[in-house]
Amino acid sequence: MKIIYFASFFLLLTTYSNAQKVAAVKLKDLKGKTYNTAELGFEGPVVISFWATWCSPCKKELNTIHELYEDWQTETGVKLVAVSIDDEKTKSQVPTYVNGKAWEYLVLLDPNGDFKRAMGVNNVPHTFLLDKDGNIVYTHNNYAPGDEEKLYQEIKKLSGK
Amino acid sequence: MKYLCSLLGFIISVSAHSQGELTGNIESTFQYLNEDTLIGANQPAQKGLINSYMNVFYTQGKFKAGMRLESYLPRIQGYPNRFDGTGLGMRYIGYSDEFVDVTLGSFYEQFGTGLSFRAYEDRALGYDNLMDGVRLIVRPKKGILLKGVYGYQRLSFQQGKIIHGDGIVRGVDGEVNLNETFSKLENFPLSTVIGASFVSKYQADNDADLILPENVGAYGGRIKLGYKNFIFDAEYIQKEQDPSNDNGKIYNFGHAAIFNLGYNQKGLGILLSGKSVDNMSFRSDRTKDLQDVFINYLPALNKTHTYNLVATLYPYATQPLGEVAYQAEVLYTFKKGTFLGGKYGTSINANFSTTYRPKQFLDNINLLDSSRVVYESRPFVMSDSLYWRDINVNLTKKINKKLSLIFSYFNININNDVAKISNDASGIIRAHIGVIEGSYKINKKHAIRSELQGLIVEPKNGQPNDKGDWATILVEYTVSPHWSFGFMDQYNYGNPKEELRVHYPIVTFGYVKDATRFMIYYGRQRAGLFCVGGVCRFVPASNGLTLSFTQSF
Repeated sequence: MKIIYFASFFLLLTTYSNAQKVAAVKLKDLKGKTYNTAELGFEGPVVISFWATWCSPCKKELNTIHELYEDWQTETGVKLVAVSIDDEKTKSQVPTYVNGKAWEYLVLLDPNGDFKRAMGVNNVPHTFLLDKDGNIVYTHNNYAPGDEEKLYQEIKKLSGK
Repeated sequence: MKYLCSLLGFIISVSAHSQGELTGNIESTFQYLNEDTLIGANQPAQKGLINSYMNVFYTQGKFKAGMRLESYLPRIQGYPNRFDGTGLGMRYIGYSDEFVDVTLGSFYEQFGTGLSFRAYEDRALGYDNLMDGVRLIVRPKKGILLKGVYGYQRLSFQQGKIIHGDGIVRGVDGEVNLNETFSKLENFPLSTVIGASFVSKYQADNDADLILPENVGAYGGRIKLGYKNFIFDAEYIQKEQDPSNDNGKIYNFGHAAIFNLGYNQKGLGILLSGKSVDNMSFRSDRTKDLQDVFINYLPALNKTHTYNLVATLYPYATQPLGEVAYQAEVLYTFKKGTFLGGKYGTSINANFSTTYRPKQFLDNINLLDSSRVVYESRPFVMSDSLYWRDINVNLTKKINKKLSLIFSYFNININNDVAKISNDASGIIRAHIGVIEGSYKINKKHAIRSELQGLIVEPKNGQPNDKGDWATILVEYTVSPHWSFGFMDQYNYGNPKEELRVHYPIVTFGYVKDATRFMIYYGRQRAGLFCVGGVCRFVPASNGLTLSFTQSF
């Protein structure tokens, strides 16, 4: 019974909120510098992509975007933040992979899944597109070749181009 | 519980006037299973099985609250058999600002690399050792982080309620990022983070014969350095005397140490890692086993493979009683336009990992005295008894705009007497695995991907070892952004028993819309160890239908 009360309070609230904001969690980059996910300080649209070194579709997605990233940035000013959910077993391989593939993304580490939980992510890859105020405007779970084009359309919509 | 609900209700009804943020997710997995005696798959009496979860997290300014409802009616195959019912599996309230962050109720947390303390959840494994109690995080100055935790661990979920472990867990952790804390060091080329932790558990001594330590501590320090292209990090944790069922109630101290040294530049990543573990099973209940109420986390030092035959037939999990392990990894991308790079670039990756039993010194040990200290160990000193070795290479090559190929080879040696993986093998299993993966983009939205995998097990004394040789074929067709269709067949063509040379076909269908995903699987699944992050659970063979639904919000 209590549980129902409990749940209904929450559900009642959903009717109040409109655009969802990105959760505020403190994560570290590869050198140990701390970032607040709600205050990344970027000017334009931001893509947050959850990935892991053991997730093939995640790597495929980020390697595909890597090829297009320069064009995307020049045209829309978008920034991509790759959040690795690797835990201590594979976390040390994150810088090896990121540099080995010459990625230009900001890479943050979420080894105990705090940001993943806060963002309601069930499984990776999971991608969020944020506007400059941190509102979530588009989200997509999974990756299939071609999904990056749909993402880019949404980015262009956001940057008014 | 009553207090918690009413307090939460109060906070939320107050805050309902303004706007808060609500996030969460839902996951539900249903199975309908058939009898399949050939592969040893049973039909459960209920025929249908279902696991469901819903997380709801709420933040309103500086207040936060959250919960997870979970439901097992009954649990799906391979899940811990004591999970049943529907109810609250996790719930908390808290307050956080730039200075403090306090949580009352359930929480997940990790100190350093987790060698002393890690409370986490892995739903795929059915693993959840969350802490129920209180956590305080303080940030007194930029770059300084202090944490304190106090609580009981989640052991199980019965009749819709959390069941706690027997012992209480307490811990403190401190970390300083010198470059952030001291403004003079802000632009110093060497980045330095240092940290230390102390964790202790209390469990009453109810042993008839021995005087058991009721309070057991584990403590140590860590460092992370970055200089130009180099990264180095290390942690060392010592554990006090902790006689348990795991270690045969010995009174040895334990230790765990880990280090990583990385060199990185654009297009090149190199990593060397080492780990030493001895008598480091640290649980809040000394009588438990398997994956129950671990306070700490001991990561396995090897690559997490993704190809089906490599990932699921011979995975390796850390031996908490002791091991010495090393790993090396290199990833290099040839530049575009060079001879090897071609028009689109080529990547090559090599990885080596190996694990040995630690050497135990008996010179200063008198097994007849009453100390129950049965050996001496020294960090990183190993014997010649091999537990695990993995040598693997892969080459990724984009041929043209449409076609890309990946070639991989894996050589795996696993000591089945120590890291038990199969009932059909003894000693060291030596396996060679080759995989060719091809992806072809038909047009903007349509793509096809295929994998061919072969696994060969070296014979032992002229006889086939374990289940012999395997082959897997996988074909996947995707239509972006919504649809996917797949077919996979694993074929145990080399099984020494002819009647067990069976196919394990499975078809999959998926539909994704934004953050909603539906998946349908139908087919055979072989029995095996299912592992995530070096933590494994046994999944029995099955034959039938699986439906899964996930939603994020």
